[in-house]
Amino acid sequence: MPNSNGGGPTNSNGGEPTQLVDNFFRLEAGRMVSTLTRIFGLDNIDLAEDVVQDAMLKALQQWSYGKVPGNPSGWIMQVAKNRALDILRKQTLVQRKENEVGEQLRRSNEQSFAAELFAPEEVKDDQLRMIFACCHPVLSPESQIGLTLKTLCGLGVAEISRSFLAKEETIAKRLSRARQTLRDARVPFEIPSGPELSERLDSVLQVLYLLFNEGYNASHGPELIRWDLSAEALRLSELLLAHPSCNTPKSNALHALMLFQASRFPARLGDHGNMLLLQDQDRSRWNKTMIEWGLFYLNQSAAGTELSDFHLQAGIAACHCLADSYEATDWRKILSLYDLLNAINPSPVVALNRAVAVSKVHGAEAGLVSVTQMENTRSLEAYYLLYAVLAEFQIELGNFQAASAHLRKALDLTTLHSEQDFLRGKLEYCEKMSAV
Amino acid sequence: MPDLSSETRFMLILRGGKADRDFSPSEYGRTIQKYLDWIEGLRKKGVYEAGEPLEETGRVLSGTSGAIVTDGPFAESKETVGGYFIIKARDLVEATEIAKGCPIFESGGGLEVRQIAPIPSVEPA
Repeated sequence: MPNSNGGGPTNSNGGEPTQLVDNFFRLEAGRMVSTLTRIFGLDNIDLAEDVVQDAMLKALQQWSYGKVPGNPSGWIMQVAKNRALDILRKQTLVQRKENEVGEQLRRSNEQSFAAELFAPEEVKDDQLRMIFACCHPVLSPESQIGLTLKTLCGLGVAEISRSFLAKEETIAKRLSRARQTLRDARVPFEIPSGPELSERLDSVLQVLYLLFNEGYNASHGPELIRWDLSAEALRLSELLLAHPSCNTPKSNALHALMLFQASRFPARLGDHGNMLLLQDQDRSRWNKTMIEWGLFYLNQSAAGTELSDFHLQAGIAACHCLADSYEATDWRKILSLYDLLNAINPSPVVALNRAVAVSKVHGAEAGLVSVTQMENTRSLEAYYLLYAVLAEFQIELGNFQAASAHLRKALDLTTLHSEQDFLRGKLEYCEKMSAV
Repeated sequence: MPDLSSETRFMLILRGGKADRDFSPSEYGRTIQKYLDWIEGLRKKGVYEAGEPLEETGRVLSGTSGAIVTDGPFAESKETVGGYFIIKARDLVEATEIAKGCPIFESGGGLEVRQIAPIPSVEPA
């Protein structure tokens, strides 16, 4: 399976690790908070986070003198484990679940009970349990994403608020409200099973998809691509797939879709950080390994009878990834997939993308017609891509004045610098052409 | 390359600093990395000899035969010694310059530079 994130420290000095991979603490924090939350109870995520904070502080105090332990991951977990057992022994806190566990610890042989609590086969599934808790349908989508980023991806409040251009205070409030909601709903810390699984898994997949797109589309902020968010979505999706009950056709389809999209990351930006459209991308820079894995998962996703929108979107993305050039793109197949997508999950954005496919197969005039036939275009009126697409059709038809008007509208509607630069370039071209 | 064997050794005693309770996991990683990079730089220059952290807690002994034993903390946490480095330098001025590069100052901590007193070896009679 492709590894989307780096592991532990690397060696560069005669066997003594001197480089901590940037993600090391982030990933460890996600693992440790999940395991400690199982032990302390979902009521006590805050306590779990405190313990992890203490462990990282100890690492900072000790490793900064030049010696990083040979197994940093094991070291830091051991510190957290000792601290957790300390807390359970002391029974100083009054939370319900924690006392139960503390009680058991005091009654049984401490060593064997502690070993049970931290047994590898339990620890292995803790992050999955946490994914299901963070993506529980009682939470709003923004809380689900926030909580996932905080507890599973190890992002700090300041980092999350930068990602969403929100105030730190807002994010902090959102997180504590989300935790309270989980407490009130008495959400169990477990991988759901039985009839509940399918709905809960859908909710998880939806959050991963949003998280991936947050990184891929960067709906706000100056950066076009925030790979870290998308990489996290891929990492968590890999965790899901590794568990038999979560390895469903739909989760395979989502994984394939994300891999296909991610394969184009390296080619999406031009030399000046400007956005490049599919037709302008250097396809040799697409990540071949990711495309191959994408095809693998797409194949896996065909195992059942289910045809989800992830299946169709992955199919469309695969068509693009498999075309050697933009000209060689199989637009007929793409159009048929959009037709299906439009049938099972109609949305203005799907219809707009379908219109592009229509124009490729039947010409720009037909594309324009299919935009005018779209229903519910109201929700698209504030969407810059609608105008960018209309401009593209008009350019193809040689109507540069009409194209310029659409481009100006599109420019008003996007705040991303890279997109603005792109649209401005088009506008200049159209203005020049309409002056001729 | 100067002949380091003839140079004087200094101990840098680090106090306080290092962590902010609100650090995110990545910030812990980045902070540790700054220390590792600084140490690596000293190693490359051939002036690094050793460095070790101290545990936060211990005992303080005083009085006759160390009869008065107390637990830490020994002083306010910003004064607590966190560990030490041993470096080589020509003189106190140079050792001080090296010490200025220590990342501890970025987090409000401080350090003390002390020369390790040389004990001349006794020539066999």
